[in-house]
Amino acid sequence: MRRPRKLGREVAVVGAGMSEFGMFSDKDSKHLFAEAFNEMLSTVDKGIDPQAIDALYLGNFTSDFFIRQGHWGPIIADLIGLTPKPATRTEGACASSALALREGVLAIASGFYDVVLVGGVEEMSKRNTEEVTQGLAMAAIPYEVKAGFTFPGVFGATATAYFARYGATREHLMNVTIKSHNNARLNPRAQFNVSIRDIMDQKAERARKKGEPPPQWKDEKAFLNDPKANPAVAWPMHLYDCCPISDGASCVLLVAGEMAREFSDAPLYVVGIGQGSGKGLHAKEDLTYFEATRYAAQEAYELSGLTPEDVQIAEVHDCFSIAEILHLEDLGFFKPGQGYKAVEEGLTRLDGSKPINTSGGLKCKGHPVGATGTGQLVEIWKQLRGEAGARQVPIKNLRVGAAHNLGGTGGTCTFTILERR
Amino acid sequence: MEERPFNDISWEKFLSEDKLMGSRCRKCSVLSVPPRPICTKCYGSDMEWVEMKGKGKLAAFTCIAIGPPFMVKEGYDRKHPYIAGVVELDEGARVVARIEGLDGSKPETVQIGTPLQVEFLHRGEAGDAVTFLAFRPS
Repeated sequence: MRRPRKLGREVAVVGAGMSEFGMFSDKDSKHLFAEAFNEMLSTVDKGIDPQAIDALYLGNFTSDFFIRQGHWGPIIADLIGLTPKPATRTEGACASSALALREGVLAIASGFYDVVLVGGVEEMSKRNTEEVTQGLAMAAIPYEVKAGFTFPGVFGATATAYFARYGATREHLMNVTIKSHNNARLNPRAQFNVSIRDIMDQKAERARKKGEPPPQWKDEKAFLNDPKANPAVAWPMHLYDCCPISDGASCVLLVAGEMAREFSDAPLYVVGIGQGSGKGLHAKEDLTYFEATRYAAQEAYELSGLTPEDVQIAEVHDCFSIAEILHLEDLGFFKPGQGYKAVEEGLTRLDGSKPINTSGGLKCKGHPVGATGTGQLVEIWKQLRGEAGARQVPIKNLRVGAAHNLGGTGGTCTFTILERR
Repeated sequence: MEERPFNDISWEKFLSEDKLMGSRCRKCSVLSVPPRPICTKCYGSDMEWVEMKGKGKLAAFTCIAIGPPFMVKEGYDRKHPYIAGVVELDEGARVVARIEGLDGSKPETVQIGTPLQVEFLHRGEAGDAVTFLAFRPS
């Protein structure tokens, strides 16, 4: 048995910001990170002189391939006036900035630094879908690539195994999508700031304007069942089961726990943090869960002394609808095979007992891969501080929130628990 | 059998010879398909090659409408999706492979648990030759 994990000293988040997420022809990585950095600075209640930052950890995944830039660390450090202080790039595919966060936490907990900026940036939309698919496949398992699996394909296969084991269906996946869009409708920063119902109305309106008979869908599920509106990508994953291609950046400012009140009226303490690794489809013990998530969660719960019941809200890595359901189970929020029922019963809605992806999730907020991990923390920051506006969850004594980030097809998973005191 | 290292190059070469091969740890008998150079149970490196019978059943699948360029080149597209699957071999190990002989445009007819038989798809010429591991209903 290994000894229990512990941090050498406490670490707190005192600022969090993100750029706009979306597809931009007029914004590059530096522009996006500057947006995120500026927003972060504006959230530090008592202000911070950027000169106080000791180091930068920066998550980035696809820039080597997409824009022939493999060394963003020092360039971003220069952008925000940090040089000659150290900048380190972290790579964990779609979990790259969660690894930056973890490195920053460990660096402060070790006593080496007091103030660390961690974040991520990704610029994806200037490539066509085929190139993006090839770029993301850099994080895939080689045997799967050769067998013709794509990212949606791996999650599609995972869904068929889950369906066969537990009796869930495509209809259950639709509940995830509808819920995410309903949340994103209340998030002005979401890439898709609309509900499924809004999209249906827009399409009907467009048809009317063209003088065509407007499409007749009796409800959201009828829309999602219409192959014209929602074509298959990799059965059972359809267009609306998949997150979009996005550009964006995000960052959070970490300080030693004992300094937190110097900067913030309501700092969030990093009480739990965990990371795990997983295997390809051929080698997994079981196709219906992610062992890396379970490991990361166990590590984070152990460190925090908290249980899944104590986590009041969470952002989880819904790169595909089925993934959200598996994470609900792997993180211990619901028992294996119960996740899809919990979503169906509305427990994960904004007004449910366990609100999940209040931001709209990757599906709607957007997924600039290297920026997603710390981007999830921006939502938890807003919710725990009561600053989430129209999508603020109606939970009394909201204190504990968490974020789960996944890289590749489950190769790298992280879980972070934040607490407001 | 000739000595071949327990790596992916050997795995590919065996596929090109219509052989589905795994490695077995001589110490603890754990089977790995594709082969592994290190046993992840006992950490031993004393491996032997074992040939699979090539029979198994479908454990998971997906019908892919938007595939990578090499699949598009074979004529697959939104109207003609192909199937990729996870196959549980009779010997207990699992492999990922292309699934032939089932209709990717009718996913609701594809059943988990379908008995399958191995097939080796040889594509390309000379220097570009490649063999894809595939299975079809037996």
